[in-house]
Amino acid sequence: MNPAAPFLPVLILIALASVVAVAILALSGWLLPKLKPNNPQDAKLLPFECGVPPVQEGARHRYSVKFYLVAMLFILFDVEAAFLLPWAVTYKAHAWTFWAMLSFMATLLVGFIYAWGKGALDWER
Amino acid sequence: METLASLLHTSPATAWMAVKVLMAFGLIMGIAPPLTWAERRGSAMIQDRIGPNRAALFGKIRILGLVQALADGVKFFFKEDLVPPHANKRLFWLAPLLAFVPAMLGFAVIPMGRSFLSGGTEYHLSLLDPGNGMGMLFPMAVGAMAVYGILVAAWSSNNKWAILGGMRASAQMVSYEVGLSLAVIAIFMVTGGYDPHEIVKAQQGTFLGVLPNWYVFRQPFGFLVFFVCMFAEANRLPFDFAEGESEIVAGFHIEYGSMKFALIGLAEYGHILGASALITTMYLGGWGIPFVADHGQIPVIVTFLVFLTKVIALCLVFIWVRWTLPRFRYDQLMNLGWKKLLPISMANLLYFAYRMRG
Repeated sequence: MNPAAPFLPVLILIALASVVAVAILALSGWLLPKLKPNNPQDAKLLPFECGVPPVQEGARHRYSVKFYLVAMLFILFDVEAAFLLPWAVTYKAHAWTFWAMLSFMATLLVGFIYAWGKGALDWER
Repeated sequence: METLASLLHTSPATAWMAVKVLMAFGLIMGIAPPLTWAERRGSAMIQDRIGPNRAALFGKIRILGLVQALADGVKFFFKEDLVPPHANKRLFWLAPLLAFVPAMLGFAVIPMGRSFLSGGTEYHLSLLDPGNGMGMLFPMAVGAMAVYGILVAAWSSNNKWAILGGMRASAQMVSYEVGLSLAVIAIFMVTGGYDPHEIVKAQQGTFLGVLPNWYVFRQPFGFLVFFVCMFAEANRLPFDFAEGESEIVAGFHIEYGSMKFALIGLAEYGHILGASALITTMYLGGWGIPFVADHGQIPVIVTFLVFLTKVIALCLVFIWVRWTLPRFRYDQLMNLGWKKLLPISMANLLYFAYRMRG
């Protein structure tokens, strides 16, 4: 049997959702515009900033979102989860792997405690 | 099943597939608009207001203002569809699509009722039959896709509020994904598989003699983490930093209007439904009736209704929480995610692993 066959209904659902979304956007964007109001004005076309004219052109400046560290930590722990998933489903049959897994978790835990102690998790720093 | 298939001139398997796909799609598209109404009426009830009660069909049929959902839909179609000149046109049109499609996959692999035999074949009330090795990994993967819709909407809008909202949303989703996946691993470990059918089966019967054998009672701390993370993943209050009306006006969808906005709104309610379905399946016994160990004699429709009741009850909890709790501050959100939920879910996982050790 085709290995993709069980996923066919899911693929059909994705296709259905995409088609419906495109149809709605097409209806609203191309078929109905004759029926709906269309009177752009200068003030209306400005970026909305609570009624105040924008100070700078565009909005793609640098923001301090402190995203870098969060993203690094996320990758660490998400990879941990990715390692744990195949272990978790077979754990029932291989219960002796607990200590092996604990050594892996403990390594990560040490890193986590280090990051915490260093203040990497403090947002307002 | 055979009669339906012969009416459509197809094989029973194909007919059943069509039914399943339409159910998974129709449930979300069908429940989301009444949910917007429930949200507005619920908020009005909680805040001692009246809420929408004026819209009426032919000036008569009001159904407690439920017609308002219909009126909103029509109104969205006839609103001015403004694409601001400072936006990236293509991405601006693409973003509602990217937000909408993952939200509609909320029920994709969730078993919505008991599997049944008909004409010697077993039919499953879920898009993914058991035994293909993916199971619950799919909704988690799709849930992570949701952030793209928000980010693309935020970036293409080229508006300061929007970009701030998008940045917040991405950092938030990333932070809560970690605790979420560790909480879920504890479930997979105890069940011994990713399969939602197995997870539901493992929750039948009684626990400690007095409680249903649900994971919410067997792993209360895992449930707590998962539940909180689901609020964050669905961008709901107290974690709706992507929108934050009082801080960044409307966040990532500030420049959107007309049907593009409606798609983003539908996606939000789709995420609530998807999150409720996930919580139901993972922790509240899925389609299982509490205390019943053997569902062999119970009609399929009853199990489906049990599933639907649990999902809708959870949706109402989402609404209830939204209008009860104030919004967090951003550093509180990060503290909660990294310093509380992550250690709790780790300890939860280690505790259950230790109990099962050889």
